[in-house]
Amino acid sequence: MAWETVMGLEVHVELATKSKIFCSCTTEFGGEPNTHCCPVCTGMPGTLPVANRQVVNYAMKAGIALNCEITRYNKFDRKNYFYPDLPKAYQISQLYLPICRNGRVPIETETGVKKEIRIHEIHMEEDAGKLIHDDFNDVTKCDYNRCGVPLIEIVSEPDFRSAEEVIAYLTKLKSTLEYLGVSDCKMQEGSMRADVNLSVRQVGAEEFGTRTEMKNLNSFKAIAKAINYETKRQIDVLERGGRVIQETRRWDDNKDKSYAMRSKENAQDYRYFPEPDIPPIEIDDQWYSDIKNSLPELADAKKIRYMEQYNLPEYDADMITSQKALADFFEATTDICNNPKEVSNWIMGELMRKLSDEAVEAKDMKLTPASLAKLIELVEKKTINRNKAKEIFGVAFKEELDVEKYVKDNNLEQVSDEGMVLDIVKKVIASNQKAVDDYNSGNKKAIGFLMGQCMKELKGKGDPGVVNKLLSSELNNQ
Amino acid sequence: MNIAEMTALELGRKIRDGELTAPGAVQSVLDEIKKKDGNINAYITVTEAEALARAEEVQLKIDAGEYKDSPLAGVPVAIKDNISTKGIKTSCASKILGDFKPPYNATVIDKLSQAGAVIIGKLNMDEFAMGSTGETSYYGETKNPWNTDRVTGGSSSGAAAAVAACEAPYALGSDTGGSIRQPASFCGVTGMKPTYGMVSRYGLIAYASSLDQIGPVAKDAADCAAILDVICGKDEMDGTSLDAECGGFLSGLSGDVGGLRIGVPKQCFGDGLGSEVKEAVLSVAETLKAGGASVQEFEMPIIDYAVPTYYIIAAAEASSNLSRFDGVKYGFRADDFEDLTDLYLKTRSEGFGNEVKRRILLGTFALSTGYYDAYYKKALRVKALIKKAFDEAYQKFDVILFPAAPTTAPKLGSSLSDPLKMYLSDIYTVSVNLAGLPGISVPCGFDKNGLPIGAQLVGAPLSDAKILNAAYSYQKVTEHHKKAAERFGKGAE
Repeated sequence: MAWETVMGLEVHVELATKSKIFCSCTTEFGGEPNTHCCPVCTGMPGTLPVANRQVVNYAMKAGIALNCEITRYNKFDRKNYFYPDLPKAYQISQLYLPICRNGRVPIETETGVKKEIRIHEIHMEEDAGKLIHDDFNDVTKCDYNRCGVPLIEIVSEPDFRSAEEVIAYLTKLKSTLEYLGVSDCKMQEGSMRADVNLSVRQVGAEEFGTRTEMKNLNSFKAIAKAINYETKRQIDVLERGGRVIQETRRWDDNKDKSYAMRSKENAQDYRYFPEPDIPPIEIDDQWYSDIKNSLPELADAKKIRYMEQYNLPEYDADMITSQKALADFFEATTDICNNPKEVSNWIMGELMRKLSDEAVEAKDMKLTPASLAKLIELVEKKTINRNKAKEIFGVAFKEELDVEKYVKDNNLEQVSDEGMVLDIVKKVIASNQKAVDDYNSGNKKAIGFLMGQCMKELKGKGDPGVVNKLLSSELNNQ
Repeated sequence: MNIAEMTALELGRKIRDGELTAPGAVQSVLDEIKKKDGNINAYITVTEAEALARAEEVQLKIDAGEYKDSPLAGVPVAIKDNISTKGIKTSCASKILGDFKPPYNATVIDKLSQAGAVIIGKLNMDEFAMGSTGETSYYGETKNPWNTDRVTGGSSSGAAAAVAACEAPYALGSDTGGSIRQPASFCGVTGMKPTYGMVSRYGLIAYASSLDQIGPVAKDAADCAAILDVICGKDEMDGTSLDAECGGFLSGLSGDVGGLRIGVPKQCFGDGLGSEVKEAVLSVAETLKAGGASVQEFEMPIIDYAVPTYYIIAAAEASSNLSRFDGVKYGFRADDFEDLTDLYLKTRSEGFGNEVKRRILLGTFALSTGYYDAYYKKALRVKALIKKAFDEAYQKFDVILFPAAPTTAPKLGSSLSDPLKMYLSDIYTVSVNLAGLPGISVPCGFDKNGLPIGAQLVGAPLSDAKILNAAYSYQKVTEHHKKAAERFGKGAE
């Protein structure tokens, strides 16, 4: 029996506005408990929410970038439920008239599958606080710092058929939102959270199966694992003749398992109704076009431009534009050294390796465009050789570096003086008779060993071209 | 004339002229409270020490030449206990708020302070402003000064009673479905609900957000105009406050009603309206007509749907607004609880009174899946129709005249046993809130038992100045509004 997985995503994204959605408190992450809040975001009696215009701007930007229709007359609604992290006992959200609807996100998976994911809606809402369970003293404490941090929830249609597609979509969302500057999309810190609604059905079936909702997915890796786990679990249940229960499940990344949190079969009634404290938001043509015109160039357009303007291969252009930080870095470096091909080579090679080895995000790295541009310039001018440049790159990756001064201070300039190199070559030939014999008897590879010895004597600073030329001619002239 | 008898404007003028002092005025009002309030129960909290200290402070500024343009500087004021006052207990007359002291002021309180007002205390009310009699307070019922066997009306029971009994020169109340105008009528004082959005609601503990509005309760319309001048205006803290021009209400009072077109809706003078009330209210039309206004009857059948519409919308919003009182953060928390759900259940079961619970249940039901369309959504549609009917009426009229209540003040204890009857008595006031209109209740006579009758003048949105002037013009040629001060202020020292 062949099964098909059907998934839809609900992605919560914290918006990077300076202040909260309904008051002027900071949205900064962290802080001592209950220091980033005021009577409004803690829902004190008599206080009122006032909508932050910047939140509307950011939501609109996201919507336009994701090809949504913008609801010109949209409204907030109240979602009522009791929980101590929700001080008003209702969350201000949007149900009836969300700000964006009917979007489309084109994706391409690692294996080259291209498709379009439909967005059902994007709505604005406020985040809740956090509960801290102190088991030692057997109390639960409330931290309201996060209360009122603005969120958008991006709800997709059930268009996903594999974990690969989900990851491709999330990567695209993350990239787009970062380009727009509306969120920093850090899954670890929870500024981007994806819930996966998943059901299985037999291939060819029209009806959807009963779905579950998976929460607590904190990385792309966890998402992929959770999807595969849940798919297998549901298929097992069905093949054993059971039925899937509509429920919310929590992924435990340490145990690679999910657990039922709560059944949705007796779903809580949130008693949504229009928020009477906030007037409807009316987006006129001027407002709309101001936002539309403020959108930056996004990844897809940038990729095509890189290929045309800089002649980058598609693969390189794709990689570099997939993250705003990389694209920004590429452009800034190219602006300085005017050598796009070299910049791209360094990014695709050395930089990617470093980012992956050190597990650093491009947007958090210390390497500056000035450092890389200078390295490229010094290699071009043959002031340093490529191997030394890689070493210096390693330093510049970790700390801000004045490359020129570093080269001088550490005496790293390339040695190209033929007299000096010749002395070393002669010395190496004299003291490595065996390798010379090997070379003379036809083992031309032995020259590599002798090159190495020369470079060692030159403390790695020899101009490889000069060393190679002199070594070959000395060996052949013997 | 002694202090207790004076209107807020008279008192303010004498303080600024140096005939009286702010501390003297405060002391005099405190004395009235001490003398009478054991019987009336208008106050929940009297802030004697703070008021005297504040009066000294204001007096120094007056002596230094400040507050020249503040007619209410140095005049004591009492505040309904659902309006937040920084550091002063704000209870909504509910057990559930306990001794809650807000760490912030309502915007109206800040505005009063800037105008040199001196707060003397917090006033009793129906719990969370839910009630039409002043009897649902956790702190006990307020009694009508005219007859202490009678209710004051509600929910601004303390505001109306305190002003009538001369225990406060003026007060701020709140009006969601008549809560200023109806008790003003029962107590023989003047009370106004401004246009929705005219006065900031920031700091007003919400009952029904789309209907609530803060307004003045005073001895006459001129005082109301002066108070509204102080408290009105756009507030960045309240997204529903209007960005409209406001102020100049006092200086705009001309006393001239020449050409004013008054509409009298037939539906409001039919069955269920006592003949004494009807006569007294219609006499207002006659008086204004004598001053040059025109009076015409008209049909407004939609008004019959106002009460059910109001009780669905108000209860629905209340069920959500009052959810935050859960025993977690402030106020009352039940003692013994097993777990979180039990904490919520016990706290709210013990902390809310019956009328509040009734409305929370009603509102929760109206918003539930499967009922939302039939009740809440339909109510919103009727609300829009009511607003439309008023809009049409205001094509033809400047002011509409209603009774404020179908009867004079009922006996204590006669209403709560039949809540539906109590709700129906709001028939003349709730439509004004549903349409967001300004309305003012003015004393217009007494029934055979000597209980005051109130008439209501209602205007189009933002025509607050017009209804104030109509009320002012009426009071210029009548004496009904002076009776309370004559009766309850004369005996004062």
